[in-house]
Amino acid sequence: MEDLRLRYTARQRAGGTKPMALVGVVASGNLEVLAERVLPDTECQLEIKTAAEGFGAVWDAVAADFVERYSPGGLRFSINDGGARPDTVWLRLAQATRSMEGDQ
Amino acid sequence: MTTRQRSRQARDARIDAGAKLAKGKIVEARDATRLLEAVIRPGDRVCIEGDNQKQADLLSAALLAVDLAKVNGLHMVQSGVVLPEHLDVFERGVAKRLDYAYSGPQSERIATMLFGGRIELGAVHTYLELFARYFIDLTPNVALIAAVSADRDGNLYTGPNTEDTPAVVEATTFKDGIVIAQVHEILDKVPRVDIPADEVHFVVKADKPFFVEPLFTRDPGAITETQILTAMLAIKGVYAPYGVRRLNHGIGFNTAAIELLLPTYGEKLGLKGKVASRFALNPHPALIPAIESGWVEQVHCFGSEVGMDDYVRARSDIFFTGPDGSLRSNRAFCQTAGLYACDMFIGSTLQIDLAGNSSTVTASRIAGFGGAPNMGCDARGRRHPSDPWLQAGREADPDGPAPLRRGRKLVVQIGETFGDKNVPLFVEKLDALELAEKLKLELAPVMIYGDDVTHIITEEGIANLLLCRDEREREQAIRGVAGYTDVGRARDMNTVRRLRERGVIRRPEDLGIDPLDADRSMLAARSIRDLVRWSGGLYAPPSRFRNW
Repeated sequence: MEDLRLRYTARQRAGGTKPMALVGVVASGNLEVLAERVLPDTECQLEIKTAAEGFGAVWDAVAADFVERYSPGGLRFSINDGGARPDTVWLRLAQATRSMEGDQ
Repeated sequence: MTTRQRSRQARDARIDAGAKLAKGKIVEARDATRLLEAVIRPGDRVCIEGDNQKQADLLSAALLAVDLAKVNGLHMVQSGVVLPEHLDVFERGVAKRLDYAYSGPQSERIATMLFGGRIELGAVHTYLELFARYFIDLTPNVALIAAVSADRDGNLYTGPNTEDTPAVVEATTFKDGIVIAQVHEILDKVPRVDIPADEVHFVVKADKPFFVEPLFTRDPGAITETQILTAMLAIKGVYAPYGVRRLNHGIGFNTAAIELLLPTYGEKLGLKGKVASRFALNPHPALIPAIESGWVEQVHCFGSEVGMDDYVRARSDIFFTGPDGSLRSNRAFCQTAGLYACDMFIGSTLQIDLAGNSSTVTASRIAGFGGAPNMGCDARGRRHPSDPWLQAGREADPDGPAPLRRGRKLVVQIGETFGDKNVPLFVEKLDALELAEKLKLELAPVMIYGDDVTHIITEEGIANLLLCRDEREREQAIRGVAGYTDVGRARDMNTVRRLRERGVIRRPEDLGIDPLDADRSMLAARSIRDLVRWSGGLYAPPSRFRNW
């Protein structure tokens, strides 16, 4: 197990008003993402518990690109990772961000 | 006077020796090994029929049991090294030299034995290439083949799994070789004659049908969202703009996803009748929804697929069938069809390097080639035009004079940037090169050469290599769809941006595709059970795929 904490500056706050959303499942090759609207509008944070060690640089690369593309300002993502591949991580983050776009 | 018919005399002597164990041509299973001892000579070239589907399993076991004083040092020339017995014969000393095409299930053990020097390797071929050599310099002295049934004269019915049999028999029997068939039943009259009796010398009655591997069954339940995204990219970014009607699909999950998206996503894009209507393809269960929705006009098959027999029989408008109503497959003809009459091959692989070369060889596994290199190459002997072929040729050479410009076959590699266990699809150097060094091979086992590949599709986008004008652009186009692999992260951002502006690289958003739409609800069937339902109950999946 490895714990990672990543912080980014977002261009703008995430759309919508929902306070939280949960997507994905904890399973081998998959991950569960809890998004919460708890940070200042230009901040974004990822707290990751992962089963696969030594992938910190890849997580940072994926997350930095994701924040640049989706600008999820104000969101903290808590992630339970079962060794998901980067494409799956990206997809779950995008799904979580979209879920937050709904009304409360 | 010197005779020029020595091999015919030798053949007759072998037949006489074998006839002592036979009633007419029929030999009991318990005498199979003695039959082989009687007709096979030390050092013979022997073909045990078997490919990625059916296997002459009884005759394989019989060969393994021969008396080494009578039979040894054989040169095996066969499509598939698939059953354990295919390698056991080398450990026992029955055989010493091997020329073959495919070794999927034995890929690890064959690698170990090659490293250990237990097998003298001729070459790893494609199916079509090995069949070709049967007629020039690897003609079998004895062929051990598999059929469903025979009559007392030796006429053979191969049923839906005709596969390699006609090619193997043709080369053996017409060059003074001996053909021995294992069959499950002896009938007064066979349902249809796939191999005529005068090409067959002995028939061994097995107590069970030959083994067939359901290699082409992909459970829709295991298809991921990322695979669906790559399939959407393929349909909208390659099938549609080129108008690809005639094609071959690989056996991976990405192409299974394409098959299952045709009636849904493809329909929504208005592509029905415009793409994916004629296939060189085994009867993939995943193709059932597209067939039932009227997408598919015609399919010619290399072999059959377990559980598809009744469905195929009931869809003779689509498939090639015999007077008995069942599928007639033929690997040699279907490979030729894929080579010359298809405008596209699309399939997955395990490793792609910076030049676009791809390989399924890893450090400890040699899976062989099978048919993919024939499907996945530009046929330089092709002379008939078609729109996709001409368009690809135009993109590769926009300034060439049109009447003299060759077209290009579309050869598409599709996959996720990371495979099982987070192993990257993209590498700086193929494992195949390391293997070639270790085994001192003159040629590294490359599945598809980079100069034949036209497109690479991953979840990050499509790289159109036809539009690359030099090696450097090609490398950056590949890096530009390699995602977060080391190869992908080492891209030159500026070059990749320019390639994207030119349309060499296209991202999902460039094609109007939202990755969040890549959802399993888009699949026309989401389980094996759904496929059974689509087939009207005609598809009978093997038990290991039944989970209800």
